[in-house]
Amino acid sequence: MKPTNIQDPEYFHKVVDCQYACPAHTPVPEYIRLIAAERYTEAYMVNWESNVFPGILGRTCDRPCEPACRRGRIEEEPVAICRLKRVAADNKEEVRHLMPAIPEKKNGRKIALIGGGPASLTVARDLAPLGYEIHLYDEWDKGGGMMRTQIPAFRLPESVLDEEVDYILDMGIHTHFNNYVESMKEVLEKDYDAIFVGTGAPKGRDLNLPGRQEAGPRIHIGIEWLASVAFGHTTRIGKKVIILGGGNTAMDCCRTSRRLGGEDVKVVVRSPFKDMKASPWEIEDAQREDIPILNNMPPKKFVVENGKLKGIIFGKVAAIYDENGKRSLIPTGEPDVFIEADDVIIAIGQDNAFPWIERDLGIKFGKWDLPVVDKTTFQSTLDRVFFGGDAAFGPENVITAVAHGHQAAVSIDLFCRGESVYNRPAPYTNLVSQKMGIHEWSYDSPVVVDQRYLVPHAEKKVALSNRKVEVELGFDRPTGFKEAQRCLNCDVQTVFNTSRCIECDACMDICPTSCITFTTNGEEDGLRARLLAPANNTEQDLYVSENLPTGRVMVKDEDVCLHCGLCAERCPTAAWDMQKYLYQVTKATPIWNISEQSTI
Amino acid sequence: MTYIKPKFRHPELPKNKIGYAKADYEGAISTLCGGCGHDSISAAIVQACYELSIEPHKLAKLSGIGCSSKTPTYFLSNSHGFNAVHGRMPSIATGANMANRNLIYLGVSGDGDSASIGMGQFVHAIRRNVNMVYIVMNNGCYGLTKGQNSATADIGSVSKGGSENRYPAIDLVGMALELGATFVGRSFSGDKTQLVPLIKAAMSHPGFALLDVVSPCVTFNNKPESTKSYDYVRAHLEATATLDFVPEKEEITVSYPEGDSAHVELHDGSVIHLQKLAPNWNPTDRYSAVNRLLEAKMKGEVLTGLLYIDPKSQEMHELENTVARPLNTLREEELCPGQEALEKINASFR
Repeated sequence: MKPTNIQDPEYFHKVVDCQYACPAHTPVPEYIRLIAAERYTEAYMVNWESNVFPGILGRTCDRPCEPACRRGRIEEEPVAICRLKRVAADNKEEVRHLMPAIPEKKNGRKIALIGGGPASLTVARDLAPLGYEIHLYDEWDKGGGMMRTQIPAFRLPESVLDEEVDYILDMGIHTHFNNYVESMKEVLEKDYDAIFVGTGAPKGRDLNLPGRQEAGPRIHIGIEWLASVAFGHTTRIGKKVIILGGGNTAMDCCRTSRRLGGEDVKVVVRSPFKDMKASPWEIEDAQREDIPILNNMPPKKFVVENGKLKGIIFGKVAAIYDENGKRSLIPTGEPDVFIEADDVIIAIGQDNAFPWIERDLGIKFGKWDLPVVDKTTFQSTLDRVFFGGDAAFGPENVITAVAHGHQAAVSIDLFCRGESVYNRPAPYTNLVSQKMGIHEWSYDSPVVVDQRYLVPHAEKKVALSNRKVEVELGFDRPTGFKEAQRCLNCDVQTVFNTSRCIECDACMDICPTSCITFTTNGEEDGLRARLLAPANNTEQDLYVSENLPTGRVMVKDEDVCLHCGLCAERCPTAAWDMQKYLYQVTKATPIWNISEQSTI
Repeated sequence: MTYIKPKFRHPELPKNKIGYAKADYEGAISTLCGGCGHDSISAAIVQACYELSIEPHKLAKLSGIGCSSKTPTYFLSNSHGFNAVHGRMPSIATGANMANRNLIYLGVSGDGDSASIGMGQFVHAIRRNVNMVYIVMNNGCYGLTKGQNSATADIGSVSKGGSENRYPAIDLVGMALELGATFVGRSFSGDKTQLVPLIKAAMSHPGFALLDVVSPCVTFNNKPESTKSYDYVRAHLEATATLDFVPEKEEITVSYPEGDSAHVELHDGSVIHLQKLAPNWNPTDRYSAVNRLLEAKMKGEVLTGLLYIDPKSQEMHELENTVARPLNTLREEELCPGQEALEKINASFR
């Protein structure tokens, strides 16, 4: 193999598994260390710079970082990254004075944001400090988009949502609420220099089965029903409720039902339990509230008597997988099952909808009626129109919408300055030694063996009595500290200097997880097989040095490195050093420079 | 102070025949200087014991005093151990071996412990052919007392102190050959591909197996002018042969070309395969080994590898004609068989 090019900003970025997996690339270990140091405000700002909604995401994020967490590869459970983010948000002090100032004198450019959700708000936050005049349009009377309409208050208190939305709206954003944009043509006719569309995936799927029409108002579409509950239009539901669907919306619907009078609430999914799309923790939370989840039961028809919904008839199936792993649901031949219901909520997915964009404006639409959008620049085929969030490529999640927003803001700024939107700035990177002295590093290098800590919940009886009582209570400070200490500091990199190595094998001998091998070079496959411990996880890179005096090379398998620093500790010539790698996605304008303000 | 070795190990660490992973042969974290050759030798011992599937409780590690003699703490935590008085490890090993011949005895010593204060003990352990592995971690200096030259430092070698060594070195390997040792090898801490099979072969040899392992002292004796530095040893390394140890009943998977290869079969059925690099050398011929060693010395080479092995070695218990069972398992009625047996013995003298 060729020597690893550690100058490539992506090499060490990839070693920080959590940050690499995060769509917005939040520097996770950095803020976790700040939490351990009780520097909550700075921890919050590290998050805010990157993901804009730390308090919201600390409760509701899809957490792609956690399955990626290295801790999950050496023991059962990853670090509770999401809940630590909330610890920062819950314990921070005043942060407004740390946020960028908004210039009184504007730069003369006007931007329209259609939709008031996470993608649009991110664009607003990144562009407002540059003096752009920003106009935000939304059909509801408050900002936040799906974070307000689709996430129930018992998971995300309104106060948290309002606070983080207001940080942005208070940057001098011109809001046009209760203003459903009906025509893109009209928007284009106004004097906006650029238009960003962040309208999400607002159309909940319906299920056209026999009886659907007759059943009428007792059948609800999941996201519409949740929005109606959020705005206080719906306050009650029947005693017996069936939720159709196995995603996170279904989990929110069933738990909300329990709080609005639903006593016998069931979730019914057509496929096996293990194939459910909902996050495992949301499934657990639903089950904890006495909501059974019945699987392998596709609905066949709605039973309606005298114009009144009675329930649903379900078939029974089994999942069969062919040799390619493709699933088919085969009827088992068992008798159909009737389940009574006063109300049914259909939560089987949501789609994009652009009835308001005329098709003759130069904005091309492709597959599934999605706009044609450049994956890097988020520009549509009409150069001053940009898309982001669910509106761009279909339903994803909040953190993805934020990531899109940052990139769209960079594009809009370049576009408005007359530069090419492909002329994108490189990420900000920094690599600094953490050595303080003999046996002394500036980070807590010992690896604790603690298992993941459990988060406390509100008492069930209290939680179910009021839909606004938050269920998850978050870690207190001492537990937050202990959970933070489980972080392996994967951003503190093992950096190898070939010219200093005397090949004494000290690093190889001490490495607790047998990551380091000195051997003759070869092709990657062969090399992976003959390392001290097999390097079977091909998603993780091998760090290969240049040739050493004996003709061998140093090969380090990044897979289960604990970043404990023992290789550097035992190295007599400092050929190994532990260096903290900071990687920040470049924003349209600097928001908070971590290396200047919060280094730890 | 961050000197804690994490408890996590690689989750896919392979297991040996008896179900142990290499981690099960580890010891406490080393307190020697980072980069010390001794740590590499410890790691080689761990590797060898893992590969041989030794049950840790069937091995006893013994040592004297010195940096070298601290190392038994850093490997085989689950084995027996005895830390003897300076230079007196061979007596302890001899006594222990007398009492329980069923254990594997691994003696660890240094150049001071063996070539100076313990010389009198060392030579007698060889003479008696005590069934043990005797590893000398040889760095040519007294690392524990700031690096004074030891008795194995070569003439002209310069350590960190800066002055040249004026006295000739005691060559433990040459001496052992002279004394009739039945297994003599030399290696280098920085060459595990050679050291690990050598340790395995030594552990399978019935009798005294000496391994003189050059082990650089990074702190006091790693200057380029020192003949025991990493750079010097690497530049002057010569090997008698490449060596492959195949334990008993294991299938031989490597094919060896005819001619320069030699096979030495040990009493337990295991085999040492040697791919000879040195001409006019025969691993079972003491005379050729002494010659080859002297030749290397004249040329300034550090000759490593298996130098000599006596496949017909008779260890101390055989020479003493002791009972096959360990003495410590003999009960009173077996040790004192009674009046009748005594009279029989007395009668045989009449």
